[in-house]
Amino acid sequence: MYVYDEYDQKILDERVDQYRGQTERFLAGTLSEEEFLPLRLQNGLYVQRLAPMLRVAVPYGLMNSAQLRTVARLSRDYDKGYVHISTRQNIQFNWPELAEVPEMLAELAKVQMHAIQTSGNCIRNTTTDQFAGVARDELVDPRPYCEIIRQWSTLHPEFAFLPRKFKIAVCGTEEDRAAIHAHDIGIELVKNSEGDVGYRVIVGGGLGRTPVIGVEICAFLEKQHLLSYLEAILRVYNQHGRRDNKYKARIKILVKAMGIEAFRESVESEWVHLKDGPTTLTDAEIERAKSFFTEPAYAEFDNTPDAELSAKADADPIFGNWVKRNTVEHRVNGYRIVNISLKATGYAPGDITDDQLELLADLADRFSFGEIRSTHQQNLVLADVPSNELYTLWQILQKAGLATANIGYLTDMICCPGGDYCALANAKSIPVAEAIQARFDDMDYVYDLGPLELNISGCMNACGHHHIGHIGILGVDKKGEEFYQVCLGGSQAKDASIGKILGPSFRQEDMPDVMEKILGTYVDLRSEDEQFLDTYRRVGIAPFKEKVYA
Amino acid sequence: MPKLIKNGAIVEDTSPEVLDLEQWLDCEERASRAVILEPGETLAPLLEHLNEIPLVMVNFPTFMDGRGFSYARELRDRGYTGEVRAVGHFIRDQLTYLGRCGFDAFQFDDESLLEPSLESLSDFSEYYQASINQPSPLFRRRA
Repeated sequence: MYVYDEYDQKILDERVDQYRGQTERFLAGTLSEEEFLPLRLQNGLYVQRLAPMLRVAVPYGLMNSAQLRTVARLSRDYDKGYVHISTRQNIQFNWPELAEVPEMLAELAKVQMHAIQTSGNCIRNTTTDQFAGVARDELVDPRPYCEIIRQWSTLHPEFAFLPRKFKIAVCGTEEDRAAIHAHDIGIELVKNSEGDVGYRVIVGGGLGRTPVIGVEICAFLEKQHLLSYLEAILRVYNQHGRRDNKYKARIKILVKAMGIEAFRESVESEWVHLKDGPTTLTDAEIERAKSFFTEPAYAEFDNTPDAELSAKADADPIFGNWVKRNTVEHRVNGYRIVNISLKATGYAPGDITDDQLELLADLADRFSFGEIRSTHQQNLVLADVPSNELYTLWQILQKAGLATANIGYLTDMICCPGGDYCALANAKSIPVAEAIQARFDDMDYVYDLGPLELNISGCMNACGHHHIGHIGILGVDKKGEEFYQVCLGGSQAKDASIGKILGPSFRQEDMPDVMEKILGTYVDLRSEDEQFLDTYRRVGIAPFKEKVYA
Repeated sequence: MPKLIKNGAIVEDTSPEVLDLEQWLDCEERASRAVILEPGETLAPLLEHLNEIPLVMVNFPTFMDGRGFSYARELRDRGYTGEVRAVGHFIRDQLTYLGRCGFDAFQFDDESLLEPSLESLSDFSEYYQASINQPSPLFRRRA
């Protein structure tokens, strides 16, 4: 994991001081509400329906146990004892006091955490695969490149007042777990025929009101040019992105309006002046970044742990089921990747309490080299657990309500905080998620449905990524009443697609029935092992429509 | 005489007559006239006259419009060494960013803001990126 040196710490400490001064001026009345707004947003502070919300950055989803403990303590001292994991892998506090935020930021800075650019019209937290470095299908570890982008984008002087927010995701695997086609810029780490690492660059993807799948702007960018090329794209966007209408201000609208060829030409002609300049990456810098993401001291196992594991799983089917659903093969023999589901029925998806955070910090220290990851599906991951410790770990997780075996299934839904918290939302999303979880409490049925992504957003801003869920639910406002629109067939994988709207929207209380009809239609129509998305792609939307609106 | 911040100090404004981009390009005495840029204009026609411009003003109709940041950066990157002055509605909290993009002068509409704004010039002493006042990015300078 990246560790700050004196430079990183100095920049962060100076930012904390700057924000403290800004807050003081606002409270003293010498900084206007209008002028304070973007300043607090660029420090992650929203003013929500009931209280401010502070969004803390978790760069590419990576944390250590000390950071988790600080988050737990802050949630107790400054909040109500729980936090929320967001779809950008960040951590949100829901009830801090505006005047106390500088103090919270100072505490976070002590463990190398911050809230810089987690909101506002600037470059946001870069996200990546939650299994980076341990995935079996990984070609290149994305974390060093994410860290290079993090540093470059942090307090970038030219791009702090963009037309709109700007999100970058990176992946280095066969299976895209970072939804790179749904980002303003998506970067896929690839190798050319000589085996050199480079980047396939995707631009102009995004969700929100106008969902768009990003398109390729560069098939292979040599690795030293990463930052100058990003600067060229950002400069073209900063100069030409629309500023007259915030709903048309994202880069996807500009790319569509210009066409990818003309957009590429503009970027290239800007890049001519930046290419090979001081921002060109050096081998030394890439090596330095890589040096923070070396292998931990893995133990060497023969095949015994796996044999032991299957014996334990046979003896205790509940454990066996959890292993099957929530753990993933590790690159290194004798280890497993453990997903910790934050989607237990009866709890808001992605929420976690201070006690659970502290427990996980201890478990990370004991079983997983002191590190933990957050995922854009709003769960947590212990990435390096020896197989022979899984049973002990599972027993502890179970007692803490953290062993719900539903990763990748219907009830492991992505869900934004919605109208219960968010000032932007048109409708509540948590109660819909809970009603669906409660209806589908028969796990055998849920497993039988197979891998299924249900994504719920409380408004057009699409924080719950509803467009790219296999099933997406969107809260809409109809004359002051909350309704829910359903779309089908979205995908965030490499074959990314935008879901299609099923038809007129539904009342909240009808949503479990609607889900039952959609899923029943799938079960009737699927051929043997066919997954929901494949059935949908084969039969289209019509049969679902017929059943639901019959 | 109006005042502004220039090179880190409050000084009196001694700027020449100011023309908009089109007027400036057409003006025969342009070497003794300042040019003011508005967001959305293209810099291209100005780039071939960089050594003739005594002063470039960049107007911020609202501080949320960040196009002016790129103007300064481009002018400096292409070799312009004269004064680049921010005018209009920008805020003191933007001064370090503006300075790093190549602005060396700041003219607030409200002169009472000058004195307290000087403080904001030193909000940061270290940066990650290459910028006009620190042409080498941190990764090339790290010990």
